[in-house]
Amino acid sequence: MKKNRNVGIVGVGQSAFSSHREDVNQPELINEAVNEALEHAGITLNDVDCVVHGNMELFEMVHQPDMWHTLGTGAYGKETIRVTTGGTTGATLVCVADNLVASGMHDVVMAIGFEKLQEGNTTAGITNMSDPLWGRRLQTGALTGVFAQKAIDKYGEEKAKKAAMKYRIIMDKHAMKNPKAHRRLGLEFDEMDTLAENSPTLVGDLKMIHMCSQSDGACVVIFASEEKAKEICKQPAWIKDHITVHREEAYCAFGDAPHTTTHEYAAQKLFKRNGITSPVDELDVFEMYDPSCWWGIDWISEFMMISSDEAMKLIEDDEIMIGGKIPFNPSGGVIASNPIGATAMVRVAEAALQIMGDAGEHQVPGEVNQALASGFGGVMWTVLLLLTKEAPVWNE
Amino acid sequence: MDSNNDSFVVDGKLALPYQYFAGRTGSRFIIAIRDEKKIKGLECKKCNKVYVPPRATCEHCFCDIKDNWVDLDSTGTVTGFTVVRYEEPHHPVKAPFIQALVKLEGADTPFVHIVQGVPVDEMKTGLKVKAVFAEETTTTIMDISHFEPA
Repeated sequence: MKKNRNVGIVGVGQSAFSSHREDVNQPELINEAVNEALEHAGITLNDVDCVVHGNMELFEMVHQPDMWHTLGTGAYGKETIRVTTGGTTGATLVCVADNLVASGMHDVVMAIGFEKLQEGNTTAGITNMSDPLWGRRLQTGALTGVFAQKAIDKYGEEKAKKAAMKYRIIMDKHAMKNPKAHRRLGLEFDEMDTLAENSPTLVGDLKMIHMCSQSDGACVVIFASEEKAKEICKQPAWIKDHITVHREEAYCAFGDAPHTTTHEYAAQKLFKRNGITSPVDELDVFEMYDPSCWWGIDWISEFMMISSDEAMKLIEDDEIMIGGKIPFNPSGGVIASNPIGATAMVRVAEAALQIMGDAGEHQVPGEVNQALASGFGGVMWTVLLLLTKEAPVWNE
Repeated sequence: MDSNNDSFVVDGKLALPYQYFAGRTGSRFIIAIRDEKKIKGLECKKCNKVYVPPRATCEHCFCDIKDNWVDLDSTGTVTGFTVVRYEEPHHPVKAPFIQALVKLEGADTPFVHIVQGVPVDEMKTGLKVKAVFAEETTTTIMDISHFEPA
């Protein structure tokens, strides 16, 4: 692993996330995030060489959204690329922008992830991922009770349900510190049992309270070459490395042999080539794409390369809270805000803000030298990104 | 060629209901046509351009112009046109009809609408036209019924 030249994040912008944004059309929504990012970076559109645009197909319900949105993106007269990789789109946008700058092709690239979920048709967008001959009539969209059942089988019902709700309430407590977050409910730990009991069932033990929202919103991240980044930004967040891993749609195409999940595979490979042996100790913050708290509690062990019991203990001991050993999602995560095409980019944007020291009320205490961000999408797809405070040094 | 009788073709149909949030800027444009029978545009004072339909940011200098509303004359010039000659249930009027780009007096951008009152084979670019507002409103761009020769 070696980069041609370093790439730093120099600006971050996010619209406020909410369930409905009738007050703005799509370009106008994107424009809010574009202006904030340009202001954060202290540059103007004239400094931007290329615009990378993405969202989840059909969730926006307009043809060629990158062109439709030009009035909001400011891409007029600039090189523009559209990227769409489902739920991971936002993270893939970051990979593409990083590659465009690292290659030397462009010095300053602006990446834009966006979604107005209330306008498009999420079921139509997601149903066609399954094989029409043998899968489509039997398959549902993004909701699954499998991860709840998996945790219950592993830890026993009481322990599993408690951990899931603890995780859920931690995310809400984080969201309460983030003015951009969509769902800020003000939940308290002593409401744990009644909250779960009174929440409508979605599938099996997956309840409404456990699940992420459908949000409208846009996220913009500005990338610059090392030379440019140091010129315009006091503390860029450097993109040390990223990895994209996916597997086939049918989970058991090769029989029921034990398999490594895409999260595990991505984490093992990324950490190995960056000399990280104990992620919990060596990372300072993790913005994880967590579609529900059941997935959240399951994935801690996969990403952190620890046992399920150790993961459980991190939750029980508040170590994933702001101020803990390895804070997860100080922003409130995906459970709080999920504008899908932007969601995975928000993970990177928030990790970058933590390194830059610009996260505001949800800034974690202490130095943030290394931050991790993940993207997740259908059917099994992981993008994992490592950001650093120090500009990476590459040895031959 | 072998026969394909042994190969399935799976017929499918996806329902695609959707909404479009027009936003305040677009909504105000339609509301002014509906309630005031007036076509409004947004002006970029820096670039000295007036946009119809309105856009919240100037497409040239990218500055915020969403409060710079100007009233426009309802007369304009046809900058381009086509003739629709086939029948289709979703057409707003019976074919053949003229769809034209109309640039209003005082505007720098044209927008598409229907031109009536001129025979299809006499239609020309450069024709002066004026807006005829609909008697029954639908809160759509069809609250301008059509344009006719001025």
